[in-house]
Amino acid sequence: MFSSASNFTDNVDAVFLYITALSLIVLVGITVAMIYFVIRYSRKRNPVPTHVEENLALEVLWTAIPLVLFLSMFYFGWVGYKDMRNIPDNALQIKVTARMWQWSFEYPNGLKTDTLYVAAGMPVRTELHSTDVSHAFFIPAFRVKKDVYPNKVNDLWFQSDKVGRYDIACAEYCGLNHSGMYTAVHIMEPADFDAWYKATSAKAGLQPLLTAAVK
Amino acid sequence: MVTGALPNEKVEPSYLEVSTNKYKKGLLSWILSVDHKRIGVLYLYSMMAFFSVAVVFGFLIRLELIAPGKTIVEAQTYNQLFTLHGIIMIFLFIIPGLPAVFGNFFLPIMIGAKDVIFPRLNLMSWYMFVFGGLFAVVSMLLPGGSADTGWMFYVPYSVRTTTNVLPALIAAFILGFSSILTGLNFITTIHRMRHPDMSWFKMPLFVWSLYATAWIQVLATPIIGITLALVAIERTLGVGIFDPALGGDPVLYQHLFWIYSHPAVYIMILPAMGLVSEIIPVFTRRSIFGYKFIAFSSLAIAFFGSLVWAHHMFTAGMSDAAMFVFSFITFVLSIPSAIKVFNWISTMYKGSIQADPPFLYTLSFIFQFAIGGFTGLMLGALSVNIHLQDTSFVVAHFHYVMFGGTGFGIFAAMHYWMPKMFGRMYNLKVATWAWGIVTFGYNMLYMPLFVMGYLGMPRRYYDYLPEFQPYHVVSTVGSWILIVGLIIMFGNLWIGMRRGPKAPMNPWGGETLEWKVQTPPILENFHTVPDVHAGPYDYSKYEAKKETTK
Ligand code: HEM
Ligand SMILES: [Cu+2]
Ligand SMILES: [Cu+2]
Repeated sequence: MFSSASNFTDNVDAVFLYITALSLIVLVGITVAMIYFVIRYSRKRNPVPTHVEENLALEVLWTAIPLVLFLSMFYFGWVGYKDMRNIPDNALQIKVTARMWQWSFEYPNGLKTDTLYVAAGMPVRTELHSTDVSHAFFIPAFRVKKDVYPNKVNDLWFQSDKVGRYDIACAEYCGLNHSGMYTAVHIMEPADFDAWYKATSAKAGLQPLLTAAVK
Repeated sequence: MVTGALPNEKVEPSYLEVSTNKYKKGLLSWILSVDHKRIGVLYLYSMMAFFSVAVVFGFLIRLELIAPGKTIVEAQTYNQLFTLHGIIMIFLFIIPGLPAVFGNFFLPIMIGAKDVIFPRLNLMSWYMFVFGGLFAVVSMLLPGGSADTGWMFYVPYSVRTTTNVLPALIAAFILGFSSILTGLNFITTIHRMRHPDMSWFKMPLFVWSLYATAWIQVLATPIIGITLALVAIERTLGVGIFDPALGGDPVLYQHLFWIYSHPAVYIMILPAMGLVSEIIPVFTRRSIFGYKFIAFSSLAIAFFGSLVWAHHMFTAGMSDAAMFVFSFITFVLSIPSAIKVFNWISTMYKGSIQADPPFLYTLSFIFQFAIGGFTGLMLGALSVNIHLQDTSFVVAHFHYVMFGGTGFGIFAAMHYWMPKMFGRMYNLKVATWAWGIVTFGYNMLYMPLFVMGYLGMPRRYYDYLPEFQPYHVVSTVGSWILIVGLIIMFGNLWIGMRRGPKAPMNPWGGETLEWKVQTPPILENFHTVPDVHAGPYDYSKYEAKKETTK
């Protein structure tokens, strides 16, 4: 189910699974308890209810345990998020422009594309900007997403070591063709990336200012 | 005791027969009535009408999504469908459902009062509700079509689209006022109209929850009113407030929107929590576990719930400090809800349980509300939220809380109270079957959305990648099962209320005051001043010996 595609994928999945596992345990617990009580104490079997005093120890327990667990979930979520904000200085800077309903990418040398190509192992920072309404830049496989606004520049970063093609979607409703606002990021072998970059830049009459080895 | 009166009392004509105005019979005797019970019934019918429309829209949305690409409607129509579906479900079904229908009808009776304190204002709230609702629905027929913004009206899109956003904004604005007035009425009624012996801690928990809800309605709703008015001004006069092209800031809009709409989530869920706390003791014959905790936690949730709004904006690019604080408070705020669930289940322990339809819907409520809560924890964790925000995971999450929670709460309330309201009983067997089908269909409809969402299916998508289709198919088939269940359920209630056998005065053995008045209740509710010496959940007469869990 999970493809470990970026530096964030494993951690986000782990936190998600941690919360899911705890939740499932408790959900099964309360569901079984409910069903058991309904059957065991049905009016036919148990015509006379028994008064049960409120029990302070129990109440403290079921306040304290969730509190500790919830704070641990908070903590893991926060730690994972900190990594997402900790952008390496040497990241490849890509300007991403959203408009209804397409994406475009600009490399440091001015090269513009409508699909993103980067090399495996290369940290990438995207600067997000919109020319019309709000959008959101979403790479599901990388577990990254950020809203894209017309009046401010948001950013996010990722690094992928796994060669392949990954979908980029728009996740903020932006009108008629919102669901068609897909493009992709291609993670390439460093040598392939260099070749592609050189060739495409040359075709556009631009200097290739970086190589995958730079990272 | 089939007559529905106390043994020593004469049977008087009920509120269904006695008009409060000069029209003795017919529509006008209803739509000009200031009796809180008639107004409650008016709300019930109008709410059901709007709900049916929105269910059909939801059904069409699901049908469209059964396959990628175009199935039944164009993209534009699809966007309008989910927008209206959302607006109607939120503002015309879930928010007014319990307070305006059942609160209106039962709150005065439950506190031993003859009516709410401002009966005319009460009727006016209903008119605003209907006019607001019509504005929303009629905008479909205008040239340009109804709004296609989503129910959140996010700017800049909502300022720029050429559809009729204005009627939808006006609708939400009017509905907001209706909600404020109802809240105001309830707060004042609870303070001023309680029976002298009805101290705060003798109030039923449903009343407590309505009290907490009413405060949120009064304090938070004006914010959305003003915000939507600003959008309307921006659209018509071009004043730059939220749209950057005019010099405004869209993130400001999001803050203002969620400062209302997050507390509004508690407007939606608190009354359902109160209702569940009402139903469980009755069907288990046990006093509710943790009465004071449940009462106070309603107020605590109402208050602290106003501090977490920005957890809807974790991908907006807020500062790290804001991210930290909003995520942290979100987790802390989940504690009272978790404890309530434990309290409800403990109340079933050693009870004497009669699993009638209201109780069955309550069980579904607990199960589904718990899933809504757990998935809320996943969304509250920052790194996970980034991935899940605006995916179908969120759609499933809020349907679990709002539909699986509050919606099922409304269904429970219908099965619980309608025999009292209309004096007739529905068929219990059919109701039980309908419950099974509704619960099954419901879960089949929304479970796949969690999975898909995690795999990267964004929300508000007319079209989607083929890899998601299996989940969509399961979900759509679930919606068919759900619809069948809903038709059986409402059909059974409808037939029951018209032609069912006469309902006894207290079919479930409830101890709150509404079960001690005639069925259906009379005008001004009480023959004689009711006796409120015991607490609302005094089941000592049924109980055997005392025992502690130690
Ligand atoms: C037959 C029952 C229902 C079905 C089939 C259904 C289905 C759907 C679907 C498919 C969406 C679209 C999600 C998207 O594209 O983003 C949606 C959105 C929504 N639904 Fe439902 N739903 C049903 C009942 C309810 C109920 C009872 C409520 C009220 C609590 C509700 C509230 C909403 C809201 C608020 C939205 C979001 C609209 C928006 O994105 O602007 N739905 N529903
Ligand atoms: Cu979009
Ligand atoms: Cu919220």
